[in-house]
Amino acid sequence: MPAVIECRDLRKTYDGKVEAVRGLNLEIPGGECFGLLGPNGAGKTTTIEILEGLLEPSSGEVTILGQTWKSHARELREQIGISLQETRLSEKLTVRETVKLFASFYSEPRPTNEVLAALQLEEKADSWVGKLSGGQKQRLAVATALVGSPKLLFLDEPTTGLDPQSRRQLWEIIRDFQRSGGTVLLTTHYMDEAERLCDRLAIVDHGQIIAEGSPADLIERLGGHHMVEFSLAGGSHGTSDRWKSLPGVDSVYNDDGLICLAVREPHRTIPALLDAVDKQSAQLEHLTTRQASLEDVFVRLTGRHLREE
Amino acid sequence: MSVAQQIPPQQELQRGSTRRNGRWTGFLHVLDVRMKELRREPEVVFWVFGFPILLALGLGIAFRNKPADVASVVIVSGSGSQEAVALIQGSGGRNSIHADVLDEPSALRGFRLGKYALVVQPNGRGRYEYRYDPARPESVLARALVDESLQSAAGRRDPLATTAVTSSEPGSRYIDFLIPGLLGMNLMNAAMWGIGFAIVDMRQRKLLKRFVATPMRRSDFLLALLSSRLLLMLIEVALLLGFGVFAFHMRILGSLWSILLIGSIGAISFGGLGLLTASRAQKIESASGLMNLVMMPMWIFSGVFFSGERFPAAVQPLIKALPLTALNDALRATILEGSSLASQSPRILVMGAWAVITFALALRWFRWT
Repeated sequence: MPAVIECRDLRKTYDGKVEAVRGLNLEIPGGECFGLLGPNGAGKTTTIEILEGLLEPSSGEVTILGQTWKSHARELREQIGISLQETRLSEKLTVRETVKLFASFYSEPRPTNEVLAALQLEEKADSWVGKLSGGQKQRLAVATALVGSPKLLFLDEPTTGLDPQSRRQLWEIIRDFQRSGGTVLLTTHYMDEAERLCDRLAIVDHGQIIAEGSPADLIERLGGHHMVEFSLAGGSHGTSDRWKSLPGVDSVYNDDGLICLAVREPHRTIPALLDAVDKQSAQLEHLTTRQASLEDVFVRLTGRHLREE
Repeated sequence: MSVAQQIPPQQELQRGSTRRNGRWTGFLHVLDVRMKELRREPEVVFWVFGFPILLALGLGIAFRNKPADVASVVIVSGSGSQEAVALIQGSGGRNSIHADVLDEPSALRGFRLGKYALVVQPNGRGRYEYRYDPARPESVLARALVDESLQSAAGRRDPLATTAVTSSEPGSRYIDFLIPGLLGMNLMNAAMWGIGFAIVDMRQRKLLKRFVATPMRRSDFLLALLSSRLLLMLIEVALLLGFGVFAFHMRILGSLWSILLIGSIGAISFGGLGLLTASRAQKIESASGLMNLVMMPMWIFSGVFFSGERFPAAVQPLIKALPLTALNDALRATILEGSSLASQSPRILVMGAWAVITFALALRWFRWT
């Protein structure tokens, strides 16, 4: 299947100074849900807005559905749906009026009622937008993106600030769209969202892709599916190398005093770890094991967390 | 059998509901939504429709034409004072003069305090002394009135035969001057705010960006905003002129079509100015400062509350080049004098030039994101 989104050596410099995107390549085939995962300020929004044709790149090439923004802007607009990071829709219009307004811009829109039903907004159809909850507003934003029956959907941080139930509802809607043959590009800084929703993702930091693959791939590349985390009383941790030599340990990083071991077989690593701690006559202050996540991948690659408070 | 019969209508229903949008569907929807939003903002309804009417009502009452005040004069008691009172009572001016008779100190005190406009001091033998203040118009008027009454009642014969006709006809009063000015100012305020504010607000809310992310035609969007102004203009004109006619018996001499055409051209030129003012501003605060800066000179110079002719001749060409001056002058000429549309073409040309230039610049500089 030919790529639905393709970009080569994408660069964007603001005011000749700030380099928001620094040489980014993407190739996303049709039917895929692709995620750009990264912390705030990594260049995700700049990247997605260039792909959406809303920003001009400083250099690089973008092809969407085999066409470029320069030559086929109107045709492309008919075929894609967009939800921006923050759009405040008019508060004194009803949900139905808002969807109808957006429908009027497309040459062959979906029936408004069908879209409202698909996004579980039927009950709120005649309420003013100003009266909606955060989750309902976000579903309405996605409704305005889906009303043109797009082949490709761009979602910039679709679930930021939503409660867990609203997030799951939106995930379900995005999956439905994908199941009906649509392609999705979304940005997020939630690793659980990326893990559950995306077929493939790119981890973006400082305007560049630092890792790309399916969530399972990326975690696999970390060297193990399990994380063993511990800290020692008194904080005398020694060097990471000492822990790296323990059986079954693939990689080690120190997360602010907490030693994190990526391991393949916890049942072999943990007894060895306890022995080693004993030999040092040190005392364990804390010990947990858990499944490895994309967060671990990100911390391993950058030394920082996705969401630095 | 019954199932087979039910299927075709359902299919037809579905095909019917996925309709194709026409060329102007987007334009009509934006226009419809703009009108709905305006209707749902009570304060907008007030500022656009209620405020100018209240202003016209207040100013119309404050500056209404009333009969000249009765002149209050005091006659110092003594010899000749009764004679003076009798003369005034017997004269034609008795209805416009109110005369008290007091002793001299009280009379002078009353004059000093402004209770009386004139002190008449008879000294018997048919001689009178007037004490008045030439700096007080009512004092000057009272002196002339009393002198006229006394002289004529005493038997003066006027060498010339004069007659007077009173004139306070609709068309020449302050309220007649005011209403077209208010209409012009209101068209300016409403178009500048209605378009400029709406655009900056939508830009700030990233709604403009969201709209251009759809296949919406950008020119249609701006056209729809302008059209919503024109629709409101119709209501504003009808409301203010209707108010003038019913509340102040104003007479509209020109044709309604000419008035509407002039109003439309005015609204379009201010729409262009509003669009230009709002073409790049990211924040409501900066835009509203800019808009006040643009409108301020016109509030002062363009003859809303008083004629712009009062300013020095040297600046008159500049004042005449302002779009609000052109609009106000054209409205006044049409409404009050019944001037033809052709006679107003220079003013229409001024407004047209503003419209073309501001639109051209606005479209060049306009920022959607």
